[in-house]
Amino acid sequence: MTDAERRGTKLGIGERRSVVIGVGVLAWLVGLLWIFPVAWTVLTSFKTEDDAAAQTLHHGLSFGRYSDIGHSTQGTLSLQSAFTNSLVVVLVSTTIVMLLALPAAYALAIRPIHKWRDVLFFFISTKFLPIVASIFPIYVYAEKWNLIGTRTVLIILYIAINLPLAIWMLRSFFKEIPRELIEAAEIDGTNLYNQLRTVILPIAAPGIAATALLCVIFAWNEYFYALQLNFASASTMPQWVTSNVSTRGNFLAKLSAASVIACLPVVIAGWATQKRMIRGLSMGALK
Amino acid sequence: MAAVDYVEATRLYPGTPKPAVDKLNLSVADGELLVLVGPSGSGKSTALRMLAGLEPLDAGRILIGGDDVSSVRPRERDIAMVFQSYALYPNLDVAQNMGFALKQQGVSKEERGKRVRDVAKILDLEPYLDRKPRNLSGGQRQRVAMGRAIVRQPRVYLMDEPLSNLDAKLRVQTRAELVELQKRLAVTTVYVTHDQVEAMTMGHRVAVLRDGELQQVEAPSTLYHEPANQFVAGFIGSPAMNMLPVAVDRSIKIAGAEIRIGAAVVGEAATVGFRPETVVIGDDGPFPARIRLVEDLGSEVFVHLIIDHEGEERRIVAKVDPPFAGKTDENVRFMLRGKVHLFDAAEARRATVTL
Repeated sequence: MTDAERRGTKLGIGERRSVVIGVGVLAWLVGLLWIFPVAWTVLTSFKTEDDAAAQTLHHGLSFGRYSDIGHSTQGTLSLQSAFTNSLVVVLVSTTIVMLLALPAAYALAIRPIHKWRDVLFFFISTKFLPIVASIFPIYVYAEKWNLIGTRTVLIILYIAINLPLAIWMLRSFFKEIPRELIEAAEIDGTNLYNQLRTVILPIAAPGIAATALLCVIFAWNEYFYALQLNFASASTMPQWVTSNVSTRGNFLAKLSAASVIACLPVVIAGWATQKRMIRGLSMGALK
Repeated sequence: MAAVDYVEATRLYPGTPKPAVDKLNLSVADGELLVLVGPSGSGKSTALRMLAGLEPLDAGRILIGGDDVSSVRPRERDIAMVFQSYALYPNLDVAQNMGFALKQQGVSKEERGKRVRDVAKILDLEPYLDRKPRNLSGGQRQRVAMGRAIVRQPRVYLMDEPLSNLDAKLRVQTRAELVELQKRLAVTTVYVTHDQVEAMTMGHRVAVLRDGELQQVEAPSTLYHEPANQFVAGFIGSPAMNMLPVAVDRSIKIAGAEIRIGAAVVGEAATVGFRPETVVIGDDGPFPARIRLVEDLGSEVFVHLIIDHEGEERRIVAKVDPPFAGKTDENVRFMLRGKVHLFDAAEARRATVTL
């Protein structure tokens, strides 16, 4: 090894400089490939429709599409109502999911019942069925109970979709809490409520945050049920994005702007909880 | 403060054939420091957890201060436990950790603060009261765990290998502090360890467990000099007692030389045991041996010897005072001066002679 090589980045044992550089270049390429469609969408959203269709920047950057999508024609889904619908559906369903999943995960992780494996398997087995296969019976019942076109039906479905996942995730986070801590709390005289509030929840907070965020993301992005069970005029953000697809004229720039708007809340929520989220997701990776 | 009694206490883990703790009968006097010692899997931790209420009893009873607590919840037993991992609440600072149990009991904030500060003073923790456990050293964490137990002024302290995560030097120092503290507080303490040195140095009495069964409960020196059986003899003491299989016929033969031991065990296969300090190396000894290894610790020297015992090579250890001039592979002679124990085929001690 020459002096010049020694001065560079520190190499781990058994690593070769050429391999390290090669892997680095590959990682950057994959990263750029990944970010390209997103970057392209954002860029397109700032073009005029003509430029977007022609894939050029003839007229320079324009913010007109963002004001276009704010105005909707009579009878179609407006941004405001789609956003409100999404917000209500996401927040209510996630809150209920967490309220149900926390005690369930506690029971499965810390005081496992007989046959807890079967219970866990049952939860995940609800995910085996393709969503498409479930839509017919769901539609029939939704219609029977006058739930078509309501937020309620989406809230119920998103709870059902996210609950198994939330229980699985929270259980693994609870499993990470050292058993002795819970025993110490027990000896120190806590009842179950205080034990949860003062010991378990603070320690599992990153995991809980990560789980809640995932539920929010899944519910926010869900498209299929929202499409099938809601009228176009009373649906959620993903529906609203597609409502910007038009049969007349160019719509690429407008659609891009709508996509960006629809992504923003989730991106912001992810950004805000990033630190906790990563700690939560990697909890248990290291001991 | 209270005495503790195990009465035929048994714990059988579901799916295991043998109880982890089998009909344990053991009494701990008020204010006593009793050490439960044994190899891993001996049931010592299970026995402690049964006392804490963290393990249910499958049979028998446990009494604290004469009250049957067998089916009482841990939080109602008025005990404090120090865990091997300390189990400090990571989200609470030192003062909150120490005052946690008092808060649960509804003790007022002023009273809590006063008691925490008093204990922090004893344990030199005053400068760290507002720190989180992750910002403390291992020794400080250990003291916080102790402090958390002391603040409560419970009837019984339970300690589950509280020193095993400390480095060797700190462990010895903390061991002495703990003994002093326990004496001063005079609270009944049950202390679990796998380390027989800890057991011998700390316990007023030491209970030796093996496979869930109590082997012997005695004061440390009694345990050392009058072990009830071969297991206790081998477990207590470091280096371990030398054990040699012998055929008993009024006298026993070690390495070809004879010892008169009376007629306690006649015509049986047996084991003779003697501690390293009874092996005296000297030219006039009756037994020949070859030096395998010399471990010079400065204050004492352990000489590992190979002897030819009934046609087989056996290893024994001698503890001699420095200086010791012998070298590996040298031939030496030794004699036995002190107690020689004879264990029968069932491993019970049947006779002890002093040579």
